[in-house]
Amino acid sequence: MAASNEPDVLSTGMQAAVGEPLVQMQNVNKSFGSLHVLQDINLSVQRGEVVVVIGPSGSGKSTLCRTINRLEPIDSGTITLDGQPLPAEGRALARLRADVGMVFQAFNLFAHKTVLDNVTLGPIRARGVKKAEAESLAMELLERVGVADQARKYPAALSGGQQQRVAIARALAMRPKVMLFDEPTSALDPEMINEVLDVMTSLAKDGMTMIVITHEMGFARRAAHRVVFMDAGRIVEQAVPEDFFTNAKSERAQDFLSKILTH
Amino acid sequence: MYRSELISRLSDGFIVTLQLLGWSMLIATVLGTLLAAMRVSPIAPLRAVGVSYVNIFRNTPLVVLFLIAVVGLPELGLLTGSFFWRAVTALSLYTAAFVCEVLRSGINTVQAGQAEAARAIGLTFGQTLRLVVLPQAFRNVIPPLASVYIALTKNTSVASAFGILDLTYQLSDLIEDFPGSLYWNFFSIAACYILIVAVISGAAALFERRVGVSR
Repeated sequence: MAASNEPDVLSTGMQAAVGEPLVQMQNVNKSFGSLHVLQDINLSVQRGEVVVVIGPSGSGKSTLCRTINRLEPIDSGTITLDGQPLPAEGRALARLRADVGMVFQAFNLFAHKTVLDNVTLGPIRARGVKKAEAESLAMELLERVGVADQARKYPAALSGGQQQRVAIARALAMRPKVMLFDEPTSALDPEMINEVLDVMTSLAKDGMTMIVITHEMGFARRAAHRVVFMDAGRIVEQAVPEDFFTNAKSERAQDFLSKILTH
Repeated sequence: MYRSELISRLSDGFIVTLQLLGWSMLIATVLGTLLAAMRVSPIAPLRAVGVSYVNIFRNTPLVVLFLIAVVGLPELGLLTGSFFWRAVTALSLYTAAFVCEVLRSGINTVQAGQAEAARAIGLTFGQTLRLVVLPQAFRNVIPPLASVYIALTKNTSVASAFGILDLTYQLSDLIEDFPGSLYWNFFSIAACYILIVAVISGAAALFERRVGVSR
């Protein structure tokens, strides 16, 4: 499958929020042993929508994020992506994962490959894009996230913020339908958080469909269309950011917000 | 007379030992890598095959494997190639078990996030292993892998007991024919083995430094 010829490399998500949702989770349950980490999760995300998931640690938000590209299989319920249910492990799942970009807390850049090779590996190997074409797209994306001058270096030579921006470029190189961010700034030094959030904000502005697990409330206010609050494996409350931050309905969310917004 | 005979027999034996080593190293590395891949695969029967292989071949004395490969199987009409290839078979099967275990420990040192990131961009399990996990695993196990190859170098000498004209075979021949030059015989053969081992450790050190820079 060849990459499409969209003029703007960052805006692969379409704005129109019509038709069926891009990501839909229905009655999803997941346990790790006796720990019920996801309980009857129902969540649908429209095209072009930016959903920020917040909640205390251990609330299941990371697991929720990881079930969407089936890095974490679920015990029951259904998850559909662009109308298609997630297939079982195998080639079909690999193809589907190629359409879902994922950015990890720990960056997870391939340590033995240069920055450029990190970004081109997926397009070349999973999509069959020609090397020259993959490299020019990669350079364009690295330019966008501001690390083009690091293209020939190995990840270990980059700062955390630079590595995370490379990781975003690597995910974008697949021209994903949706981007998942699993606490993308939690492992970063404070002064590097903004450079990553800026890239994410500009992605959101360009209409990318995004599901973001984060503790950055500023980003949630600024870029999210909807905030989802999770606690103890359940979605407790969902609202537009303004309502949620000023007028959270559940006691649990109010308690959580009082803790994080006052420090 | 002794000197020219020594040099000619040494070089003959040296070449045979190198051939035994080279082929066994190659086959054991390929087979060991496949076995390691099986041992970490999500498919239970493949894992079971990998585990059984290692249990059988790592726990069988090399001489017994030689007896099976050189004498036993040909008796049953199997593995009827030259003695050289029967010896390579025994050495390769034995060493592959060790390569597998070394590599498996290397795979375990590669952070789980590396494989997750590879799967997340749409690589299949095989691609993830081949393009992301194994290259890093190899880098992490260069020293123990060199030890396996050094052990293999010394193990090639077992072939001398099965009619392969390697260095050790030449040594026993030289002792018989020139009993007066016992020390020369021993030292010159030992020097040949030391040379091979030194090259292996040197190459390992060089390789380790080179990939050390790229991380």
